[in-house]
Amino acid sequence: MAPRRARTWIAAITIWVVRVVFAVILAFPFYWMLITTFKRTSDLYNLKNNPFIFNEAPTLEHLRLLFHETLFLRWVLNTAFAGTIVVIITLLLAVPAAYALARLTGGWGAQLGIGVFLTYLIPPTLLFIPLSKIVATLGLQDSLWSIIVVYPSFTIPFSTWLLMGFFKSIPKDLEDAAMVDGLSRWGAFVKLMIPMSTSGILTVVIFAFTLVTQEFVYALTFISTAAHQTVGVGVPTFLVRGDVFYWGSLMAACLITSIPIGILYNIFLDRFIEGFTVGAVK
Amino acid sequence: MFMPAIIYIVALVGVPFLMAFVYSVGDVKVGSTGYHFVGAQNFISILHNPTFIRSLENSFLFTISSQILVLIGANILALALKDAFPGRRFMRFLILLPWVAPVSIGSIGWKWILDSLYSVVNWVLVRMHLVKQFDTPVWLGEPKLAMMSVILVHTWHMLPFATVILLAGLTAIPKDIPEAAAVDGAGFFRTLFQITIPMMLPIINVAVLFGAIFTFTDMTVIYILTRGGPYDSTQVIPTLAFFAGILGSDLAEGAAISIFMVPLLVIATYMALRSAHRAEVT
Amino acid sequence: MAVVETRKLTKVFKRGNVGAVVNVDLESREGEFLVLLGPSGSGKTTLLRMIAGLEEPTSGEILIGGRVVNDLTPRERGIAMVFQSYALYPHLTAFNNIVFPLKAQGVAKDERQKRADWAAALLGIQHLFHRKPRELSGGERQRVALARAIVREPSLFLLDEPLSNLDAKLRASAREELEQFQKRIGTTAIYVTHDQVEAMAMGDRVVVMSQGSVRQIGTPADVYDQPADTFVATFLGSPPMNIVPADGVIVGFRPEHFLPPGVAERLGEHVSYQFRVTHSEYLGAERILYGIIEGGPFKERKVISRIPATHGSEISDGNVYTFAIANRDLKFFDPKTEKRASAARLPL
Repeated sequence: MAPRRARTWIAAITIWVVRVVFAVILAFPFYWMLITTFKRTSDLYNLKNNPFIFNEAPTLEHLRLLFHETLFLRWVLNTAFAGTIVVIITLLLAVPAAYALARLTGGWGAQLGIGVFLTYLIPPTLLFIPLSKIVATLGLQDSLWSIIVVYPSFTIPFSTWLLMGFFKSIPKDLEDAAMVDGLSRWGAFVKLMIPMSTSGILTVVIFAFTLVTQEFVYALTFISTAAHQTVGVGVPTFLVRGDVFYWGSLMAACLITSIPIGILYNIFLDRFIEGFTVGAVK
Repeated sequence: MFMPAIIYIVALVGVPFLMAFVYSVGDVKVGSTGYHFVGAQNFISILHNPTFIRSLENSFLFTISSQILVLIGANILALALKDAFPGRRFMRFLILLPWVAPVSIGSIGWKWILDSLYSVVNWVLVRMHLVKQFDTPVWLGEPKLAMMSVILVHTWHMLPFATVILLAGLTAIPKDIPEAAAVDGAGFFRTLFQITIPMMLPIINVAVLFGAIFTFTDMTVIYILTRGGPYDSTQVIPTLAFFAGILGSDLAEGAAISIFMVPLLVIATYMALRSAHRAEVT
Repeated sequence: MAVVETRKLTKVFKRGNVGAVVNVDLESREGEFLVLLGPSGSGKTTLLRMIAGLEEPTSGEILIGGRVVNDLTPRERGIAMVFQSYALYPHLTAFNNIVFPLKAQGVAKDERQKRADWAAALLGIQHLFHRKPRELSGGERQRVALARAIVREPSLFLLDEPLSNLDAKLRASAREELEQFQKRIGTTAIYVTHDQVEAMAMGDRVVVMSQGSVRQIGTPADVYDQPADTFVATFLGSPPMNIVPADGVIVGFRPEHFLPPGVAERLGEHVSYQFRVTHSEYLGAERILYGIIEGGPFKERKVISRIPATHGSEISDGNVYTFAIANRDLKFFDPKTEKRASAARLPL
C-alpha cells in the first residue's frame, strides 16, 4: 500500500482535475461568446486562423451593430417590463397564498402546497396549444401582454412553494405573541411576517424574474412580431438576415443576457437551497 | 388568502390542461368555429404516422441518454465540490451558467460552436489529426451526430441543476458515517458505492425524475439546434406537437401528440413524490 | 509493551493558533479502560481521533503495539471505534452493519456469519439482525455498534462519548453494560467523556485534560484524592472542591470534608472555622450548604459543605456554626503555578 502522503497527493490532484475539467466544459460556451463578441468578422470566418486567439485586433463592431441596428435593446426592455409586472403579480398572489398554506393546520396545508407545486411540472409544451386559443380569444395574440398574463401560471406555483418553505421556518410562536399583544392575524402578517421574510421574498423575486427571462415556448408561440418579442426568443430567432446568422452580434447578445443573470443567481442560490430543503422537509 | 392564487392556477393551468384532452378528441383547427367530437380518430392517425413513432422513440432515447449522462456527471461533480476549497464560489458561478442562462441562449451558443463550417470543435479535431480538414463531422446535419449533439447539449444544460440537488443530499450525510467506514476498512470505491450512494438514493431519484420530466417535455434545445431535423432524426414529441399544432395550425393533432407526454409525467411525478417522502423519513 | 503510546503528540489546526493538543505523552496498559476526561475544547476528542487515524498530528508519534502508526490509515491500525452517534449505516440491517468491516477485509461468507453470530451472542442481539437502525432503541444501537467493533477482533477500542446521546435513565444501564463488556473482552479501551462521574465509574485510569494538555494521569482515587493542580481538583467532584486563597498559598478542601460540629472531633487533628450558612439545598440523600467563613484567614470566602442526610443535627440558614476540616483533607496549591504544593503551614 502506497504511503499515506502519496495517496493524499494523488487524491487532491484528481479532485482538482475533475473540478477544472467540469468547470471548463460547462463554462466554455460563455467564454466562446466572450471571444466571438470581440473578434472581427474577417477573423471569425477565416478557416486558416486559430480560433482561440485574436489574429486581428479586437473590435466593438458587433456590439455597435447589436445596439444600433437590431431590436436587441427593444427585446431587453420588453423582457424587463414583462418581468417586472409578472413578478409583481406573482408576489401579490403567491405571498398571501404561501402564508395561508404554511399556517394551515392539519395535513391540508402540506397537501395543497404539494398540489400547487405539482402544477409547475405540467409542461408548457402540453398547455401551449389550448393556451394559444385562450390568448387569441382574449385578443392578446402577438402582444407582450399575452405572456404577462400567462407567465404567472408557472411563477406563482414555484414562488408559493418556495415561500412556504421560508414562512414555515419562522416559528409560529412569534405571531401568537404578536396577536396576544393586540395585532390581528392580518396585522401580524403585514407587520411581522413580511419584514422577517424580506430575504426570502427577495430570493423569490430574483428566481421568478429569472424564470421569466429563461422562458422560450410561450413567447415563441404567442408572439410573432419581432418588435414585441422577448430577449430569449428574439436573439436566436431574429438575429438572422435571410439564412445568415450574424454570429458576432449574436454572441454579444448571448453574453449580455447570460452573465448578469448568472451573477444574481449565484448570490441568491444559498438562500434558495435553504428554502428548498426546509420546504421539502416539512 | 390563497384563493386568488388557486383561481389563477386553475384558470391558466387546470383549464388548458383539460382543454388539451378535449382538443385531442375533437377536430379543432385554428380559425375553425365549431367543435366535433371524433373520438380516438386523432390518436389512431398519429399512431399510424411513422414520423410520430420516430418522435416517440427519439423522446425516450433523448431522455434516457441525457439522464444517464447527467446522473454520472453530477455525481462526480458533486463529490468534487463537497469540501470547501479556495475559489469555490467562483467555480460555482461557472458551473451554474448552463442552467441559469436562458436555454435558448446557451443553445444558440452551441449552435455556433458546432457550426458546419466554423466549428471550433472541428478545428481542434483537425489539429489533433483525428479528422481530415474537408471531412469534418457535420454535428447538426448528420442524423446520428445530430441526435448525439442534442443529447450532449441538453446534458450540459441539466448538469448544474442535478449537481446542486445531489450536493445537498451529499452534505446531508453525517460526517461520522464515512469515518466509520474508514475505520471499518472500506476504501474509496467501497465507501462510495456501498455507503454514500445508497444513502443518497432518495435524492438521486428526485433529481433524475425531475430531470426526466424537464427533458421529456423540453422543445427548446432541439428547436434551436436542429428544428427536429435532419429528416426528423431529432424530432421529439414536444417539437412535433409544436410543428403540427402551432405552425401547422392543426390544434387537434397537436393536442393529441402532446397528450402522449402525460403518462410519463404522471408516473415520474408519482415516483418522485414517493422518493421525496422517503428522503424525509430517513 | 504498551498497547497504545503517544510521544509528544501535538495538533495545531491553524498556524499561529494555540494547539488543540499539546505535547501529550501517554501510555496505556494491556486490557485497561483508559478514560480521557476534560471539558469541551480540552483536546480529548482530537487526541482520540489522532490515535484512530482520522486526524493527522502536527508533530509527535503514535505507537500501537509497539510500532509507529503515524502513516497508517485507520484500517491499517487494527483499531475499532464507536462514535458518539454510533454511525450505524442507516440503509443496512443490523447484520449487514456488523459484517461490513469483514466484507471490507475480504472475509468469506461462512466466516462472516460465524463471527457475526459470536459478536451478537456476546451482546444478546441476535434477534435484531434483520432490523434497520431506525427500528432500534438507543441501547440496542449501542450494542450493534459494539458488535460491529469487536467483530474484527481489534487490538484497541476507541470510544467517543457513546453515552452522551442517550437519555439519563438509559445512560446508567448502558454504562454498566459497556463496563461489563470491556471486562469480558479484555481489549484495551480508550474512552472520551466530559462527564467526570462516568470517568470515575468506568475508568481504570483517568487522563484529565484541559486546553490540550494532560493535567494528571491516575486511578480515580489518585485524581480525586490527590489532584495534581487546581483544575483537576475542581473538575472532579460535584459540588467542586472549595478553593480559597490565603497568604501566599491556595488551600483546597472538598465539601464532604467540611463537616459540622459533632463530627469534627472524631477527625483527629483538624482546623475549625466559623461557617455562616446562607442557604441550603435538600437533595434527599444529602444536603448541600452554601455559606461564608467568618473570621480567620479565609474571611468572607464563599464555601460549600456537603453532609449526608444520615447526619441528624439541625442546621438552619442564617446561623453560624463551627465547621471543621481534618488536616489530612487539606490540600495546598502554589498560587502561581496552581500545582499541588507540599503541606505548608496553614496561616491562622
